[in-house]
Amino acid sequence: MKRIVTCFTLALLTLQACKQNPSENSSAKSENTMDIAVSGDAINQSIVNPPMLPAPIGDRAAKKVVVRLEATEEVGELADGVTYKFWTFNSTVPGTFIRIRVGDEVELHVTNRSDSVMPHNIDLHAVNGPGGGAEATNVAPGKEAIFNFKALNPGLYVYHCAAAPVPLHIANGMYGLILVEPAGGLPKVDREYYVMQGEFYTKGKTDEKGLQEFDQDKGVDERPTYVVFNGKKNALMGANALEAKVGETVRFFVGNGGPNLVSSFHVIGEIFDRVYVEGGSKINENVQTTVIPAGGAAIVEFKVEEPGNYIIVDHSIFRAFNKGAIGMLKVTGEKNPKIYNKVQ
Amino acid sequence: MYKIFKILMYAGGFFFLMASCEKANTLTSAKVSSDTLDKEVAITPDVKMVLINGGEYQPFYGTDSSLVEVKDFLLDERPVTNAEFLDFVKKNPKWKRSKIKALFADDTYLQDWQDDETLPKNADPEAAVTFVSWFAAKAYAKAAGKRLPTLDEWEYVAMADEESANARDKPTYSAHLINLYNEKDRQKNKVKSSAPNYWGVYNMFDLVWEWTDDFNSIMTTSDSRTAEFDDKGLFCASAATSTTDVLNYASFMRYAFRSSLKASYTVGNLGFRCAKDTTNSTK
Repeated sequence: MKRIVTCFTLALLTLQACKQNPSENSSAKSENTMDIAVSGDAINQSIVNPPMLPAPIGDRAAKKVVVRLEATEEVGELADGVTYKFWTFNSTVPGTFIRIRVGDEVELHVTNRSDSVMPHNIDLHAVNGPGGGAEATNVAPGKEAIFNFKALNPGLYVYHCAAAPVPLHIANGMYGLILVEPAGGLPKVDREYYVMQGEFYTKGKTDEKGLQEFDQDKGVDERPTYVVFNGKKNALMGANALEAKVGETVRFFVGNGGPNLVSSFHVIGEIFDRVYVEGGSKINENVQTTVIPAGGAAIVEFKVEEPGNYIIVDHSIFRAFNKGAIGMLKVTGEKNPKIYNKVQ
Repeated sequence: MYKIFKILMYAGGFFFLMASCEKANTLTSAKVSSDTLDKEVAITPDVKMVLINGGEYQPFYGTDSSLVEVKDFLLDERPVTNAEFLDFVKKNPKWKRSKIKALFADDTYLQDWQDDETLPKNADPEAAVTFVSWFAAKAYAKAAGKRLPTLDEWEYVAMADEESANARDKPTYSAHLINLYNEKDRQKNKVKSSAPNYWGVYNMFDLVWEWTDDFNSIMTTSDSRTAEFDDKGLFCASAATSTTDVLNYASFMRYAFRSSLKASYTVGNLGFRCAKDTTNSTK
């Protein structure tokens, strides 16, 4: 009898512990970050075009950060000889990389260029609140919306336009990444790059020349004409390839705007030493390919040991070789035959 | 239930669904102080009005059970032009750019005009007037002995293509409009240079977005001063719309555009046209 009681008590205790642990952790986190006070003058978020991004936060205290995003509708190049009417944040696909730290208070100015046809807004996955800011930022052509939020959860998050019809606004290129660094910042690395995957759905076939119209049927059927990094076929190839030197540590902030596909992100010839899984706080090590959901992100880090060209792909491989999901990291420096050596 | 709502929210843009459901309970209707809008000097624009035979229609955000009846009404066959609006401000100086009260139009009101009585350089007098607020459009309609069409009336007419009164089920209907809507600077073209629809109405889609009388019955901004709030149950309805309508991206665009407006806003590709009851009595 005594044994049964003991067993029962133990079981109860275990159950109780299981129940409490997760809730304790999560509530403690958001309460603490909510209480972080901002100090000093407001700073302006610098605007840097992808694949580059603003400098690390380092160990600065939480501040007020002013971020400006302009919604635009403009014709741009989707592939060689192929143009498309992109909808963008700050004229790039993906939009300007926003880099803040936990506890920062962001004053977000969303303007819609006066020659726009459509209304636009922004839903930031880094925001705690209804619609992620979409409701507060819905803005007509030529107008401005201002929206404040406090960054409570560290991580790498997608932002995107959520004006109706949402799929079209995303399919036309209205997405980007916002990084909320933890207190004290991310560990230092030698190189950082901003890479974001997205699909395009055009009436014409892949590489069919001329101005291409959006194809709604292909969008609904999830049959993209293009799957690309940074808004354009070959945006990270040739002269635009990413660069690093042997011995350096490289960090990619990788997002997936979708609108439909999940990315199997892989760098041919490299192993990710660390992956911040789904852009959150959990770190996985020694990863070959990491899954990045539509509307999701991941931070991948690796050290480059050997010179050469490393091909960045969505390892759903037809996309890479036929639809454009391909980029390149060029590594220069001394060869190391111990690591890699063709014998004959 | 929650899941269905969530799907609806995604399809429609999360933002305005949520807010309007909230608002349905809280927003009280308030009237614009009437004397500012009452005393317009009459104008007589030379525009043909087309008789629209009413009927029941399903609003874009609705369910089968919330069919809305649209009565017979008259609609201007085309949007109001620059020349016509110029005539209106000449006869009603308080609607001139330099005279307008900030309450009734924001600072881009008629912004491209060279002065109070001169149209923009290179502007076609026969192009649709833009950069006009809802207040100004309403005053114009009143001066013309007309009114603005309701959202339901406008959307009822918008169901038509060139051949039929209701083209909503045709797959090409929305696809065509999406690409048309994506063209910039259409507002600079002359009115009536494209083909009329089934009713004989021109330019529903190819020139400008258009104000409707109750544009904000589905919007989020809380300018209750201007809101004759009229919840027709378009919105809080929880059942899904038909598949056809979920794919009707062109309609989504119009609703999204309207929800981004306030009554004082003036926008470069936003104009209006007038309507009238068939009984000849204005609202």
